[in-house]
Amino acid sequence: MADSIQLRVSRFRPETDSAPRWQEYDVPLRKEWTVLDGLNHVKNEVDTTLSFRWSCRMGICGSCGMNVEGEPKLTCGTFLSDYEPGPITIEPLANFPVVRDLVVDLTDFMEKLPRIKPWIIPKEDHGNVEPDVEFLQTPGQLDAYRQFSMCINCMLCYAACPVYGLDPEFIGPAAIALAERYDLDSRDIGSPERMDVLIQHDGIWGCTFVGECTRVCPKHVDPASAIQRYKLKAALGTVKAFLLPRGAR
Amino acid sequence: MTPSGGTPTDLRVYRPRLSTWWWTRKRTYFVFVMRELSSIFIAWFVVYLLLLVYAVGQGEAAYRRFLDWASSPWVTVVNVVALVFVLLHTVTWFNLTPQAMSVRVMDRAVPSFHIIAGQYTGLVVVSGFVFWLVTR
Amino acid sequence: MEPLVWLMFSAGGVLAAVFLPILAILFGLVFPLGWADPPDYQHLRAVIGHPVTFVILLGLFVLMLVHSAHRFRYTLYDGLQIKHKRTVAALCYGTAVVGSIVTLVVLLAAARAS
Ligand code: SF4
Ligand code: FES
Repeated sequence: MADSIQLRVSRFRPETDSAPRWQEYDVPLRKEWTVLDGLNHVKNEVDTTLSFRWSCRMGICGSCGMNVEGEPKLTCGTFLSDYEPGPITIEPLANFPVVRDLVVDLTDFMEKLPRIKPWIIPKEDHGNVEPDVEFLQTPGQLDAYRQFSMCINCMLCYAACPVYGLDPEFIGPAAIALAERYDLDSRDIGSPERMDVLIQHDGIWGCTFVGECTRVCPKHVDPASAIQRYKLKAALGTVKAFLLPRGAR
Repeated sequence: MTPSGGTPTDLRVYRPRLSTWWWTRKRTYFVFVMRELSSIFIAWFVVYLLLLVYAVGQGEAAYRRFLDWASSPWVTVVNVVALVFVLLHTVTWFNLTPQAMSVRVMDRAVPSFHIIAGQYTGLVVVSGFVFWLVTR
Repeated sequence: MEPLVWLMFSAGGVLAAVFLPILAILFGLVFPLGWADPPDYQHLRAVIGHPVTFVILLGLFVLMLVHSAHRFRYTLYDGLQIKHKRTVAALCYGTAVVGSIVTLVVLLAAARAS
């Protein structure tokens, strides 16, 4: 194992640059070092002007996503040694506006997420229920939505999605997966409201099932599956509306 | 970022654009576009089979003429290419089905493997039936 | 509209995946190239003229045409980044509709002939 590896980092300084440019840094290559460790080494020892986001270093906060060798990755879970002998290109997450260096602007997602009402919409008002009342679920009921509840909003799926890259209006993989997460929850009755949002022109129908969101998701959420299931739900709902008299729906 | 309640700051951001050739950059993207292009070849076979049906309706001579035309080199080449794309469609379609629908039996998800195997069984049965019907 | 088109797209996708390989192999290669004797004319005419075959072929061809049109429409959006979305949609589905009418006419003519 060589004792150093080169990072090819995309730099963008809004005060002076009109487009990103490359800057190279050599960092120690240690077996247990992740790409994020390499960047922190640069920040601490070599170039304090380099900007990037991170927090937990353990794949749970979802803030360290970057494009590593063109693939959206959590840099805290991606090891330098997997890219030997280097160099390793590191770019900001694709498809998002770049604020500075490796930092992207997530306003778009922040605006989209609440549209799908990512919270439990209960049958009756729980405002007066004692706080210690429990709403029980069977293991099967939990299992139905569990996978979709694992999302850490890391945005790797948006960076991987060409449909989102082409049309930023598209509400996107994680938002739809989260809609499915609450729809499938036995305590929730919000499906019709979410469906109204998702059958709009910027909702599920834009998806062409590229499937890349699912491939890059570090939490195995499988947003592609959520979207296709939604299409099926929407389609069957339309057929039902056609066939059944109003009252029976 | 828009500071809460305020106006957008005048910070310049860099907006990357997706190139027209984005799908040549990564194998998975490329396979995706090839999968989508299978649509052209499915349409081709619909046209081709319609020509066959038409010829059969016209009489025995027309049927013979169709077979002659169909054995010409360029039609053969088109058919071979189209068949490859149709097979790509079949394989990718079967592989993606478990993602597109979740089948739950007795409160448990049916494993993808069973769904895929079921579809291949269907393929074999249908193929066998068609083969039997036309060669009988 | 979109949900119904999508249902037809999916149905066409399933049918194409299951029916097309064998049909393409037999009638596209095996029979024309003489790897096996082509079906006897009378037999083929009887099969095609049967009402059940008529219904199945009609469904098969129409759904596969919609499948193709729908998929190709999105290929043009994504792959080539074509901007005139309405025109593309109208052309793709329009072709499928015309194709479906032609299908009906051809199948009817073939059924009547036998
Ligand atoms: S679905 Fe997966 S890739 Fe997308 S934001 Fe959630 S955890 Fe990240
Ligand atoms: S730093 Fe929190 S997920 Fe990587």
